[in-house]
Amino acid sequence: MPEPLLTLSGVHTHIGHYHILQGVDLAAPRGELTMLLGRNGAGKTTTLRTILGLWRASAGGVRFDGQDITRLDTPAIAARGIAYVPESMGIFAGLTVHENLLLAAREGPLRDERLEWIFRFFPPMKKFWDLPAGNLSGGQKQMLAISRAIVEPRKLLLIDEPTKGLAPAIIQNLIAAFAELKKSQTTILMVEQNFHAARSLGDSVAVMDAGRVVHTGRMADLAADEALQTKLLGLSLEAHQ
Amino acid sequence: MKSIDWKPPLLVLAVLLGALLLIGSPSTWFTLTVAGVAMGLLIFLMAAGLTLVFGLMDVMNFAHGVFIAVGAYVAVSAMKLASGAAGADSLLVNLGALVPAMLAAALAGGLLGLFFERVIIRPVYGQHLKQILITTGGMIVAEQLIHVLWGPDILQLARPAALKGSFLLGDMALEKFRLSAVVIGLAVFAAMLVLLNRTRIGLLIRAGVENKEMVEAMGYRIRRLFVAVFVAGSALAGLGGALWGMYQESVTVHIGASMMVLIFIVIIIGGLGSVLGCFTGALLVGLVANYIGFLSPKVALGSNILLMVLVLLWRPQGLYAVGK
Repeated sequence: MPEPLLTLSGVHTHIGHYHILQGVDLAAPRGELTMLLGRNGAGKTTTLRTILGLWRASAGGVRFDGQDITRLDTPAIAARGIAYVPESMGIFAGLTVHENLLLAAREGPLRDERLEWIFRFFPPMKKFWDLPAGNLSGGQKQMLAISRAIVEPRKLLLIDEPTKGLAPAIIQNLIAAFAELKKSQTTILMVEQNFHAARSLGDSVAVMDAGRVVHTGRMADLAADEALQTKLLGLSLEAHQ
Repeated sequence: MKSIDWKPPLLVLAVLLGALLLIGSPSTWFTLTVAGVAMGLLIFLMAAGLTLVFGLMDVMNFAHGVFIAVGAYVAVSAMKLASGAAGADSLLVNLGALVPAMLAAALAGGLLGLFFERVIIRPVYGQHLKQILITTGGMIVAEQLIHVLWGPDILQLARPAALKGSFLLGDMALEKFRLSAVVIGLAVFAAMLVLLNRTRIGLLIRAGVENKEMVEAMGYRIRRLFVAVFVAGSALAGLGGALWGMYQESVTVHIGASMMVLIFIVIIIGGLGSVLGCFTGALLVGLVANYIGFLSPKVALGSNILLMVLVLLWRPQGLYAVGK
């Protein structure tokens, strides 16, 4: 397994009085897509938000690219090369597609070749370039949210349930886009509930339950072991679609 | 091209035409319209900063009125210092008194805003009830300090000689100061539109109004921008206070507090966080106040509340809802 780009060691996170993460140990290998699976409420989204500093870890440590980022604030963590696509997509509805991408390009002006690369994955971004993002469909908003995360090369993408609520045809498009994106050797940590997407895209997998990681391994191994799926997730991944 | 929602401007047009039909006399209507637009633009100057502060920082700043009052009082002192230039017959010499007075008012408003943000508001970010209580308390203390510095009496804020009186256009009288207020208000609005729509800082402000967490997740330190917007909004309030004091030709310590109801109506009508909405709402409030004041003075007091109710029944998020 490649050396991890991101490592969480014994991470605890409290939200108000609730103890959500209860000692998460997790590694995202460099250049791979790691799937974070688990039942609702297992702590998957909290894990992503804790990595980015949107919620503070109350104990434990987060190391990224060899450095401790546990106590850094969100802008400083993001500036180290982490992009985030939240479950809500987080697009700016009043800004155009162009403006959303412009804002995501921290390093300077948008580069034509990068845009062409994105338009290959997501043609609607070119078509609706000057349209307010609020006018896009659900699938197009997700495409914009992902485009924004990759408008400049980033070391790590944190993506939370990108296929949630989308039509099957749009999900197929997204899977194809992620498969293409994986070729760029970008490290991705993705929360996903759609089995087909998880099985098609995941290199490695971590399964969470009750605020802890209860299983790590290769995605292919989990996909092939129905008994393990039932044990870890409460049902087989086939039934989880 | 970005699509613009034309319904709110059409509403303003409908108010203009409806008033013309009800008033009957074109000259009276024209005079009231200029007065309404001038009043609206002055309210816009005072309210524009507050709507951004609401939208971007989620701060309920009930002390905004004191920035207006301080601007007005600083303008009184500055105009007194330059009374010779302000009373001269030349417009150019008058501007030599007016422009520094306006700049001093904006600077005072901005500095007081910086103090409020750092010392009073910062400890209560995210706590609305505490924000209301502490900013109201801060306003009371600041008003008493104004009493200490300038005294409790009503002060005169004379207009420069060249801005006194009116132009006559047929049988219509156009007050020079009101026209000046229109020009300044439109210039500030245009500058804000350019800043918000043509610059990266503007892009960050607009994005931050919608979703500040996401802006931070993209690597931007939005808190610094918060402070800058707060100070700029306070400076605009100071400038608006100076112009409003000159509009009324007198200044009391409550000049800002007395405007807060109208300012809140304007930013609610416009949609919290929307500068275009604030501009449209301010025009509506200014026009309706003047038209109803002429047509039915007894109803004038409640006319803007009624306007707010009607607008919110039509668009509960305001004329230009910000997509949070």
